[in-house]
Amino acid sequence: MARTLSMKDAINEAIDQEMGRDPTVIMMGEDIVGGAGSPGEEDAWGGVLGVTKGLFAKYPNQMIDTPLSESAYVGAAVGAATCGLRPIAELMFVDFLGVCLDQVFNQAAKFRYMFGGKAETPVVIRAMCGAGFRAAAQHSQMLTPIVTHIPGLKVVCPSNAYDTKGLLIQSIRDNDPVIFLEHKNLYASECDVPEEPYAIPFGEANVVREGGDVTIVTYGLMVQYSLTAAETLKKEGIEVEVIDLRTLSPIDMDTVIESVEETGRLVCVDEAHPRCSIAADVSASVARDAFKALKAPIEMVTAPHSPVPFSPALEDLYIPSPEKIAAAVRKTMEA
Amino acid sequence: MSDQIIPILMPKWGLSMRVGTLAAWHVEEGTDISPSDEIMDVETDKIANVVEAADGGLLRRCVGRAGEVYPVRALLGVMAPSSVSDAEVDAYVAAFEMPEIEEDEDTGPSYEFAELEIGKIRYTERSRDGVPVVLIHGFGGDLDNWLFNIDALAEKAPVYALDLPGHGQSVKAVANPSLETMVSAVIQLMDHLKLEKAHLVGHSMGGLVAAQTGISNPKRVASLSLICSAGLGDEINAEYIDGFVFAANRKELKPKLKHLFADESLVNRSMVDDLLKYKRLDGVQTFLEALKDNMFGDGKQAANVIAGLEALECPQQVIWGEADAVIPQAHANGITGATVTVVAGAGHMVQMEESSRVNECLKELL
Repeated sequence: MARTLSMKDAINEAIDQEMGRDPTVIMMGEDIVGGAGSPGEEDAWGGVLGVTKGLFAKYPNQMIDTPLSESAYVGAAVGAATCGLRPIAELMFVDFLGVCLDQVFNQAAKFRYMFGGKAETPVVIRAMCGAGFRAAAQHSQMLTPIVTHIPGLKVVCPSNAYDTKGLLIQSIRDNDPVIFLEHKNLYASECDVPEEPYAIPFGEANVVREGGDVTIVTYGLMVQYSLTAAETLKKEGIEVEVIDLRTLSPIDMDTVIESVEETGRLVCVDEAHPRCSIAADVSASVARDAFKALKAPIEMVTAPHSPVPFSPALEDLYIPSPEKIAAAVRKTMEA
Repeated sequence: MSDQIIPILMPKWGLSMRVGTLAAWHVEEGTDISPSDEIMDVETDKIANVVEAADGGLLRRCVGRAGEVYPVRALLGVMAPSSVSDAEVDAYVAAFEMPEIEEDEDTGPSYEFAELEIGKIRYTERSRDGVPVVLIHGFGGDLDNWLFNIDALAEKAPVYALDLPGHGQSVKAVANPSLETMVSAVIQLMDHLKLEKAHLVGHSMGGLVAAQTGISNPKRVASLSLICSAGLGDEINAEYIDGFVFAANRKELKPKLKHLFADESLVNRSMVDDLLKYKRLDGVQTFLEALKDNMFGDGKQAANVIAGLEALECPQQVIWGEADAVIPQAHANGITGATVTVVAGAGHMVQMEESSRVNECLKELL
């Protein structure tokens, strides 16, 4: 019987299997060994939400608990990557990227280019992202557009446990810096995940639902919300195709264009802010490359251009909902 | 309650099936159904297939509605002779306990794993008394290729189906991906399960494996059923084999899989996804390339077992899909003395496309 695994456990298993396969895979981060309420190292909790639980006991020489200094250990991870290790640096929340951004966008992202292709930086920077966790404005952002904007970085934001394991293994084996963003509200979501290791190539979108009327392009948690909307719309006779981009850099625009050429309608759903977002990027590409196929103006469903509110009522309003997604789809059908 | 009432239930195809959609009825209330009549279309997220009646009778009630989703073993229809009153039929329907959607993975048969010399081998088992049947899938396949056959055959004999080394959920690190390795895996599993003798049924490359297992171990084989089998001629569709091995994504893989079926619409996204998931497991790509080179290098079949089969004394039959686009149907007639059945309207995956016809043939030899 196929085995189901949560996204959180899929992350753990991917790191576990890669550390076992390759001793140059190391991990650095705050509390990745210990963690809140941890009685001792051997049975420690393993990070904010227990993602790395058990790994220290298994790989004591590959797990490095760091001081609260993202700029130091992310820099160390980038440097170690150029010297032959394959480090995974964990930022508890992607919101903390600000304090180590030079190491990421000015150093890691530039080495291959500036050293004439002679330097490789196989580093993975993992971080939780996304709203809905009642964690306020500094722990809830969807910063995918910021990292996607930088050439030299690969950006992954999976929507389910199967993709998470395969894409994280690919990220660790990849010879370029990868920003791997995990939506915290997906950690508990489960699906069938093979026990054996496997890698999913970058730049391959997944058509998670087929439909002929409207194309929704999205990623991360919004894939589930879009599928919920698609289910509602089916009852109204609207068949929605849902495309999960899976990796934002590289991005699989071929799959998007092919779909829009069939449906003629596009709704881009993005949990990031609307300006310079993934939704805006995909909309622009489709407007340029498939304009003649469009039967209606492109719709975008995004968070507003505001910080993530701490008020639960406002936070719920902030996050794009299945209802808002369904409304946008209906609008393209009416045009 | 009249024992003349025969229920029509939602079938269970494979271990992962929980629910199915009753896509369409082919019969209506008042139809006199004969066994093996096509009565309805059922779809799962994996596959769509037509359901044939196991028993005959007068269809009194269509309980299931077309387009609706039902759990496995849900009551979809009721057959009963006209001597049974409407009230009795209604009472039967009212009293029928609709099954819950199975959540508990421990119910019913499950997959098993055997730790053999060659490594971990996955198999599934339907036990009962008698000489067992061992089902051997083809190149790139797995035991779920026998989705529509296992339970039907289990009505007559114990049934085992395995994932060959390098396939499905069996061991992927295989030192020498060759015919000998595959044969040795079958024998090791038979030893492990204490199966002295078995009816070997093989599809495609699995047919070759079954045949070679019998030729090398004549005392272990009760009969041989070779379905669209390799090993009976030179030709093989190299475009399919190479395409399958080297396809790196869904777009490349899907058109290749269409070679497998007479009805190309059976290649749905779930089938493509499952195969892609298999191909992406660590070790599979290397394994498939090596196995292809050993078995079908230069676009031709390396092994021919016709002489060995003609010297082997056990009942043998060959079953072929008339529209097989992978291995030519003409290969069906190679073995002197073997029974040959060519099934119309089916391609290479004849055991899936025309399962009841194939099941009939297989049961003949049990």
